[in-house]
Amino acid sequence: MNVWEIIGFTLVKIVIILHVMLLTVSYLVYFERRISAWVQNRLGPNRVGWEGVLQPFADVLKLLLKEDIVPYQANKKIHTLAPIIALFVAFTTYAVIPIGPAIELFGYTIPLVVADVNMGILYVLALTSLGVYAITFAGWSSGSKYSLLGGIRSSAQMISYEISMGFSIGGVILLAESLRPLAIVDSQGQWFWNAWIQPIGFITFVVSAFAETNRLPFDLPEAEPELVGGFHTEYSSMKFAGFFLAEYANMIIASGLIVTLYLGGYYIPFINIGTFGLPNWAEVLIYVGAFSFKIVALLFFFIWVRWSLPRFRYDQLMNLGWKVMFPLSLVNIIWVAVLIMLFNL
Amino acid sequence: MAVKKRKKDLTFLEKIYIPEIVKGLSLTLKSMLKPKFTLKYPEEKFIPPASYRGRPVLVQEENGQERCVACGLCSRVCPSLAIEVLASETEAEKERYPVKFEINMIRCIFCGLCEEVCPEEAIVMSKDYEMAFTNREEAIYGKDKLLVPVSQLQDRIEFLRQYK
Ligand code: SF4
Ligand code: SF4
Repeated sequence: MNVWEIIGFTLVKIVIILHVMLLTVSYLVYFERRISAWVQNRLGPNRVGWEGVLQPFADVLKLLLKEDIVPYQANKKIHTLAPIIALFVAFTTYAVIPIGPAIELFGYTIPLVVADVNMGILYVLALTSLGVYAITFAGWSSGSKYSLLGGIRSSAQMISYEISMGFSIGGVILLAESLRPLAIVDSQGQWFWNAWIQPIGFITFVVSAFAETNRLPFDLPEAEPELVGGFHTEYSSMKFAGFFLAEYANMIIASGLIVTLYLGGYYIPFINIGTFGLPNWAEVLIYVGAFSFKIVALLFFFIWVRWSLPRFRYDQLMNLGWKVMFPLSLVNIIWVAVLIMLFNL
Repeated sequence: MAVKKRKKDLTFLEKIYIPEIVKGLSLTLKSMLKPKFTLKYPEEKFIPPASYRGRPVLVQEENGQERCVACGLCSRVCPSLAIEVLASETEAEKERYPVKFEINMIRCIFCGLCEEVCPEEAIVMSKDYEMAFTNREEAIYGKDKLLVPVSQLQDRIEFLRQYK
């Protein structure tokens, strides 16, 4: 493949992934509303289209038509920049998450990942840390005390949980001996999932992922009862929609990361597709299906947890982060190291 | 003095959260599958019980006459001054009847005092809760809208006889 072909394929992949992400995000919002309703014995939005399936489009249209209000006290440039950073981080992170093995099309072998980077995991960690800036900027530039408190809380929360997140990934990297997402997926193989080998790391990573995406029970930055809307109190119209989209896109990325790092990526447990002698495209399709299934299951889990657990208090959140999750993720690294020593993995 | 163990001290199992979280999750999963309470409103309507206080209506006898004797008590008791009665004489046995009987539905607060004070059981609260107007004139209900045949109000009247 020459340079132009690589650029062309990458652009196509970017466009496809962007559209799939946007569609998933809008339906995620729809299912969030439906599932929350079901949990509370209600029906949820069911009017726009059959059973409300067109609701996301109605919502987006409504948000687009709203007036964009920038508070008088706000720092206008940063106020506008914040949702852009949030969206940028949310969508670029997906570049390194593999959704399937390489596919052979028109005589080319195309890996089903936008960028097969050697340092993929570091790239993800670096970008998700940038996400803090979006929220902190939004909180600070709004010129409102509620936003400021939300922004401060979120930076404290994200910094604390990033540490245990990084250390839990450490265990995975030790086992895979690579920072490349594809290599990590391959190292887990059919059933050798990291979730079974290092359950502690899995739990700390999932909890940190909840905290990083600002989902309940860790949604202190936007805790409605105390902070009105937290960091996005002063946002309206498309800028608000930007934060909204970014939050849900972050959920998809968190699920993608959990699947890639701990749940065997696109592999199906105990079934070796390669032995069926299917054509390459069918195999790839099955793998992508397995990956999507895992993602959807995790997204359901995210929503389900949100409507089951109450929000943490701020001091409890910090206690959990520093006194429980951080040591546990260190224990996990030692556990993995001992496993490697004993079994020469 | 014996030191009482505080109720909020958690056991070890409760402190590691995970079993409790699983408990909570299973509870919400169960309620996700339960039948829903929501009524699909315009298609499915809520039918209130007899104790429900919908809009006040005038009882219309079988012969088409109103029961009201235009004593004006309801108008007097109405806390929001929603009722206007204008009395006149009639050949019938009850001698008096309202020429004009108007309830301003914007003012009415559905307290039911008019029904309670009426000596003739002539004004009762119905089950009708669907009222919408586009201007203020429409909100003033005259006798044409207020008169409802007694057969439709039977369970409210029975409820009143039993509990009033
Ligand atoms: S209290 Fe009863 S009888 Fe008297 S005016 Fe009102 S409705 Fe008629
Ligand atoms: S229900 Fe109450 S407010 Fe309404 S007309 Fe009767 S007395 Fe007046």
